[in-house]
Amino acid sequence: MITLAHYLTLAGVLFAIAVAGIFLNRRNVIVLLMCIELLLLAVNFNFVAFSRFLGLLDGQVFVFFILTVAAAEAAIGLAILVVLFRQRRSINVEDLDAMKG
Amino acid sequence: MLITILFWVYAAVLVGAATGVILARNPVHAVLLLVLCFVTAAALWLLLEAEFLAVVLVLVYVGAVMVLFLFVVMMLDVNVEELRRGFVRNAPLAALVAVIVALELGYALWVRRLGVELPGTKAPLPAGHSNTAEIGTVLYTDYVWPFQLAAVVLLIAIVAAIALTLRHRPGVRQQDVGRQVAVRPAARVRLVRMRSEHEP
Repeated sequence: MITLAHYLTLAGVLFAIAVAGIFLNRRNVIVLLMCIELLLLAVNFNFVAFSRFLGLLDGQVFVFFILTVAAAEAAIGLAILVVLFRQRRSINVEDLDAMKG
Repeated sequence: MLITILFWVYAAVLVGAATGVILARNPVHAVLLLVLCFVTAAALWLLLEAEFLAVVLVLVYVGAVMVLFLFVVMMLDVNVEELRRGFVRNAPLAALVAVIVALELGYALWVRRLGVELPGTKAPLPAGHSNTAEIGTVLYTDYVWPFQLAAVVLLIAIVAAIALTLRHRPGVRQQDVGRQVAVRPAARVRLVRMRSEHEP
């Protein structure tokens, strides 16, 4: 019998893998963006599971909005990435020190 | 019983694909594994009877966002080896953080329920239940303003992405439709009065 805790645990494991990916691929902006997509997927999983098990539809509507914002984020992030590559010929995070961050 | 087996199979595929995304040497492989992640997640959402979101995930994410990722990854000539420097050095820290995050979430879920009783079983949906129709009803009544706001967010994203990547190269001959339309005959044709050169 699959309970809500099973789904939440799966989402938690997915979240942990994505966090590890952010640490592992600290230099590669593309993989960092993909890890953020994975994080959002894990969060969406929680929303969908809670929505189904509580019998409330609001969680699924929230996932809808998260998907919208994530798509916008991916589009702008990739646009910035393309501009960055045009200027620097590199997508290494360590080359991005113009603002001395 | 079938649902249980399907859940464990999909969960294994999802975790394996996610691990592949963060470990893949080639970014193209990472994108393809991420596609597998999203498709598997959509299948799991179908098990949760969230049909509309499952289809939207495949259409919007796999169909649009991931293809965009794939385009960008394939167009940029990226030196992968340079970017993977420090991969092994960061690995222990990454594994530690991942284990801590997973243990914390698992502890809250399985060991100490934090005084909240999770609902164990889901109420069965009535026959003829339409997830899409219900989401549509809620979306166009209770959530109509957030829905409009989401549309504005997407519009801003389109404008921002185009404005960022549009490039004006100097020295390239381009058609300027505005100038073409605004041109007047006087600017192009000059009538001169002259004598005929062939005497009759």
